[in-house]
Amino acid sequence: MSTIDVVEVQPPALWEAKRTKQRTVVWQEFGLLGIFTDQKPKIKQDGICSQQLLSTTEKSGVMDSVGVPGPEEYEEQHVHEVYEQIASHFSSTRYKPWPIVESFLQSLVPGAIGLDVGCGNGKYLTVNREVFIVGSDRSTNLVKIASQHQPHAAIVADTLSLPHQAGRFDFAISIAVVHHLSTPERRKEAVQEILRCLNAEGKALLYVWALEQKTSRRGWDEGHEQDVMVPWVMKTGKKNPNEDGSMEKTFQRYYHLYRSGELEADIAAVGGKLIDSGYEKDNWWAIFQR
Amino acid sequence: MKLLTLNFLTCAVKSCKSTSASFPLHPKDCELVSDTLKSDPKLLFNILPRLDWSALSTTASELGFPGLPPSAPTKEELEANEKLFHDLHTLLLETHISEGSLVCANCGHSYKIKEGIANFLLPNHLV
Ligand SMILES: [Zn+2]
Repeated sequence: MSTIDVVEVQPPALWEAKRTKQRTVVWQEFGLLGIFTDQKPKIKQDGICSQQLLSTTEKSGVMDSVGVPGPEEYEEQHVHEVYEQIASHFSSTRYKPWPIVESFLQSLVPGAIGLDVGCGNGKYLTVNREVFIVGSDRSTNLVKIASQHQPHAAIVADTLSLPHQAGRFDFAISIAVVHHLSTPERRKEAVQEILRCLNAEGKALLYVWALEQKTSRRGWDEGHEQDVMVPWVMKTGKKNPNEDGSMEKTFQRYYHLYRSGELEADIAAVGGKLIDSGYEKDNWWAIFQR
Repeated sequence: MKLLTLNFLTCAVKSCKSTSASFPLHPKDCELVSDTLKSDPKLLFNILPRLDWSALSTTASELGFPGLPPSAPTKEELEANEKLFHDLHTLLLETHISEGSLVCANCGHSYKIKEGIANFLLPNHLV
C-alpha cells in the first residue's frame, strides 16, 4: 500500500477560464489505480476530497500563470506522454473487454470495416477476427502492440485528425478515450470526427468514465468536480529504482468525468442519432449513427 | 502497414479530406514485407464489396504488383478461382509496408512508415 497524490483541477472547464492561474486541490488517498486495495478514498461529507490547497506551479507544474498551455499541449503532457511511458505496464493490465463493447463487436457481420479510435494496446482487436478494424492511437508504443492483433491494423493518429476516409466505415468504437480531451468543444469534435467516418448504416459505440460512481474505489458522485487528474502508479522494478530507492513511479492523467446525459447531449449537438445508451460499471456508453 | 489499410485511409489534413486527389495516398520509397496469415474466406469475401477497387488497383500498380482484374471479382468468381483468392489474400492481408512513406497528391505531405507503423500525426502548421 502506498500514499498517492490526487490532483484536481477546479471548474469551470480549463480553457474557458481565461487561462488565469488555476487552483488545484490536492489530497491524498490510499489504494488508487495500479495498486488496488479495498479501501475507499477519504471523502468529506460534501463529496470533495480536499485537504489542502496548493497552487499548481508549486505542486505539479501543470500550468503556471505566465505560460499557460493550450488544450493540445495540456493533453500532450497529461495524457499522451503518460500513456507513452506506461505503455507496456498499462498493456499488461488491460486485458478484459467491457461486456457492452464485446457484444457490440460480436454483433457485426463478417467483413465489416471499422475503426477503433484510441485503440491503445488493441484490447478490442482480439474480440472479433472476422471484421477488419483500423485502430488508431497517439502512442507509438501502444500502436506497436496493437498492430500485432491479426487480421487488424493500427496506425498512429490524432483523434481529432483521423486519416480514415469519410463514409467508408460500417462501425466505430472509441472506448475510454474521449474523456481525455480537455474542453467541451474538443470532446464534441471527437464525436463528429467519428460520425464523419461512418457510412449511412454505420454505428458507433462510445464509452466514457462516469461522474456518478460512488460505489467505486474513487467514490466520485454527482456534484463533484468533473475535470480531474487521476494517478497511475507503475512499479519501476528493482533494476530502475527512483533516486530515493523507492520502486514506484506515479503518473497523473487528465480525465473529464461525464455526468448523466452529457454524452448523449454531445452526440446530438454534432448531429448524431442516438440508438441506445446506458451505464456500465462506472462508465456511460452510447451507440449512435449519422 | 497492411495494404488493405491503405484502401481506407486518406490525408489527415482537414482541407484535403474532401478532395479526390488525396485518395489513395501514394507509397514512396517503400520496403515491402510479407507475413504468413491463415486465409479466412468469410472475411475476404465480405471485404471485397467494401473495397474501393480503383484505389486498390492504383496502389497495387504503384507498388509493382501485376495487374488486378479491372473490377472487383464477385464471391462466386473468387470461389471458383483459387489462385485469385490466394493472390488477393496475399496482396491485401499479408503484404505490409515496413519502411517508407505515403504521400498526399493534394497537399504533398508525406507520412512516414517506420517498423511497419504509419504515423499520421500532423505538424502544427497543418492541424
Ligand atoms: Zn493532404
